[in-house]
Amino acid sequence: MLRYLASRIFQGFLVLFALYTITFFLVKAMPGDPFTGEKNIPEDVKRNMREQSGLNDPLFVQYLNYPKEVLLKGSFNYSIKKRRPVVEIIAQAFPASFVLGISALIFAVMLAIPIGVISALRKNSWVDYSGMAIAMVGICVPSFVIGPLLQIGIATRVPILKIAGWDSPIDIVLPAITLGLATAAYLARLTRGGMLEILSQDYIRTARAKGLSTGRIMIVHALRGGLIPSVAFIGPAFATLISGSFIVESIFQVPGMGQHFVNAIVDRDEFLVLGLALFYGFLVVIMNLVADLLVGFLNPRVRIAELDG
Amino acid sequence: MPIRFPHSVRAAVLAAIAALTGCGGPSPVEKATAEKTLLLGNGAEPQGLDPHLVSGVIESNIIRALFEGLCVEHPSENGKPLPGVAESWEANERFTDWTFHLRKDAQWSDGHPLTAHDFIFAFQRILNPRLGSEYSFMLYYIIGAEDFHQEHRSKVICAEDPELPTPWETVEKEVNLSGNPEAAEGSFDQKGLDHLSTDELRQLKADPSLLSWPESIPENTRSFLIDHLVAFDESGESLWDRIGVAATAPDDHTLEVKLRGPMPFLPELTKHYTWFPLPEHVIHQFGAEESRFTDWTLPGNLVSNGAFTLKSWRINDHIEIVKNPRYWDAETVQLNAIRYFPISNVYTEARMFFNDQLHATYALGPELIAYSREHFPKELRNELYLGSYFIRCNVTRSPLSNPKVRLALSLAIDRQSVIDNILQGGQQPARGLVPPSGEYQSPDLVYFDPEEARRLLAEAGYPDGKGFPDIRFLTTDRESAKRGAEALQGMWKEHLNISVGIDQMEWATYLSTMFKKEYDLAAGGWIGDYLDPTTFLDMWLKDGGNNRTGWFNRDYERMLREAEQIADPLARYQKLQDAERLLLEERPILPLYWYTRNYLLHSDVKGWHPLLLDNHPFKFVSLESSHQ
Repeated sequence: MLRYLASRIFQGFLVLFALYTITFFLVKAMPGDPFTGEKNIPEDVKRNMREQSGLNDPLFVQYLNYPKEVLLKGSFNYSIKKRRPVVEIIAQAFPASFVLGISALIFAVMLAIPIGVISALRKNSWVDYSGMAIAMVGICVPSFVIGPLLQIGIATRVPILKIAGWDSPIDIVLPAITLGLATAAYLARLTRGGMLEILSQDYIRTARAKGLSTGRIMIVHALRGGLIPSVAFIGPAFATLISGSFIVESIFQVPGMGQHFVNAIVDRDEFLVLGLALFYGFLVVIMNLVADLLVGFLNPRVRIAELDG
Repeated sequence: MPIRFPHSVRAAVLAAIAALTGCGGPSPVEKATAEKTLLLGNGAEPQGLDPHLVSGVIESNIIRALFEGLCVEHPSENGKPLPGVAESWEANERFTDWTFHLRKDAQWSDGHPLTAHDFIFAFQRILNPRLGSEYSFMLYYIIGAEDFHQEHRSKVICAEDPELPTPWETVEKEVNLSGNPEAAEGSFDQKGLDHLSTDELRQLKADPSLLSWPESIPENTRSFLIDHLVAFDESGESLWDRIGVAATAPDDHTLEVKLRGPMPFLPELTKHYTWFPLPEHVIHQFGAEESRFTDWTLPGNLVSNGAFTLKSWRINDHIEIVKNPRYWDAETVQLNAIRYFPISNVYTEARMFFNDQLHATYALGPELIAYSREHFPKELRNELYLGSYFIRCNVTRSPLSNPKVRLALSLAIDRQSVIDNILQGGQQPARGLVPPSGEYQSPDLVYFDPEEARRLLAEAGYPDGKGFPDIRFLTTDRESAKRGAEALQGMWKEHLNISVGIDQMEWATYLSTMFKKEYDLAAGGWIGDYLDPTTFLDMWLKDGGNNRTGWFNRDYERMLREAEQIADPLARYQKLQDAERLLLEERPILPLYWYTRNYLLHSDVKGWHPLLLDNHPFKFVSLESSHQ
């Protein structure tokens, strides 16, 4: 178990370093620089600006400097445009994204698992068809359509809901629905598929033959196996949800990470881009690890094959 | 049979519905009006609040409320400065020497007295080349300011020295003083003689070949320059004092400024945040004055002198400022607070306004203007704005190197049609480059005449567009930019029978493509910084920095230089008009329209009048419920 964990953590480091390398050179390859603006800046002023951010060093020195600063001093440098520590920017934005992501995930799970399970139980009935049709709509309709629809259709009619803003807990509702809908749709389909596979297994037939009630069969025997694909999906989906969505954040004025991702690239704010990419990479690595451990716990076959192998 | 619910259920449902939909208390705007808090959409997250390190309108909207300069904006009259930190001011007859008398009760929001030295400190800081401010040129009018900012050390130290072996004119022309960006990274040649540190100068003294010297500069001149620069550095004298930059504080409450040329509108200029005082005692507390990365502008740290002080700031969420009780004119200030929301999504912003969540929007998308006109006619504002939209021509490339081609392209544009069908914001078709402001009138040379356009194109060698090479029109990736470009594409095809391709690029790529002159035609625009035609005309000087067309004209440069020395405002405008006429005859840019500002303003907001620069002075704005 420990050996497995250690090797996964080592792999995680490699992934992050590869991610850093790719991001670093992609940022450098973009045309323009952080000081490109509409107004002209004299060359020596630009040189002074670059100097303060350490961008006058040769490329390779810069490439090595950043990880050195991160590993030795724990410093992720300053955002060049916003002139604040990258860590501080992420620390301000992440809580909003995290709360929104968690709420979206809870919404998705609460909606999708029951729909998936019922659809599987009533396979090829109208319940199944309508559930899956809704799921298909959820997958197909993008959030930049759903968000404004919710704003116009619901927020204007329900006074306690605002069009946009992030002040009170109630402000989470609409963005969470918008963000969670696509996830819910995938999840419902995965749950249905997983359950269908499990329900055709011999041990379920045995349970039925023993005369157990459908509820007991579902909860005790079928769900544990039937949810495996969903759990494997939830890990990385969770990382995506809590790292923010530019579209949902911009529609609902959520002060989260998604806006920083896009704006940092438009601004050529390289340290912020690197910090965000690494942070996101870190989340994905951790969530994948957690999901794999959970799947191992749910599925003994995986445990034998991976953990002890 | 209708379904009957028990009474208790019905009561509960009714209560829930009431809570959700009805009678649900005051809206955010009603609440804010009662609390005298102005809720403003503000476009995007500001790049910062350090007046020396920003250049945008978004930042200016906040900084103007936090800080105050010598003069402040009049709430309703354009170009009529009111006393700010300065109680009164006077100038000599030529408008070159100005004296500002500061009010004695001026103080910072921490109670620290505000003196003329805070202005001098701010001027020194924004002109400090190591700070890297983008807007330093706004102070270049002060004698010596440009020399200080560009570190013209050799000139300052050696130019007037009778012992300099080579005439200064030769030295200035031949020696690499200000650096060569093309030279090797980190080399002395890249930095230039004036920008070398004391240590680097000593190295150069030991080995003069570290810098490439032209043949025309003899050994003794080289060592003269180096020796004098080293000696100056070692003397410890500041460059500011040596130059004698002509901004001085004879006492705590008097500020004297001497200008390079007459400038009747200097008080107008001092309303811009580049001329504001800064709290030296606070900035030094958080780091070196030239450091771009300090925390002095964060809530709790920021000390200001305007009508408001900074209360809270959450990135991408809001900035809140509250009334400053120590402000000298606190009696006039009616608002208790202003909340700025960085809403970049114009549709969200408009919906928030429609749903009573904002007092004013920052912008209004063209698609929403018709809807607003119908449903919110009282709230819809359509105001003249000191901005000009134009297309740059890259005159270094054929066929746009030919002025006749440029003129033909310009004459083939039906500006009114673009405005009516694409922009829909009531913009004015440009009759010149400089939008109308005050007494200045742009020469009426820009109009739509397809006949004349075809004739000129034929004269240029492309009758009916035959043989005209394919050219590209560079524009940004905004949807509205694309539609505008397609309309022009269609007009050029229809009237001139030429094909123009459109290159849409993401903002930073668009800018760098334009800067590198890798374009034929490029969309562009300019918002005036102050109410004077030079804010638009100076751009087209050869070294104007924002020119980017490759165009220059000696007569144009001469006229602008001459205008700089004319004290009589009308004679000066005449000269500037001549210059603009020349620019339009040559047409390196094709003016399209003069801006308007379209936005939504709630009827609760009082004391908010149309202003050409759109710099509404928040000290005069108030809130009164219009629902009673």
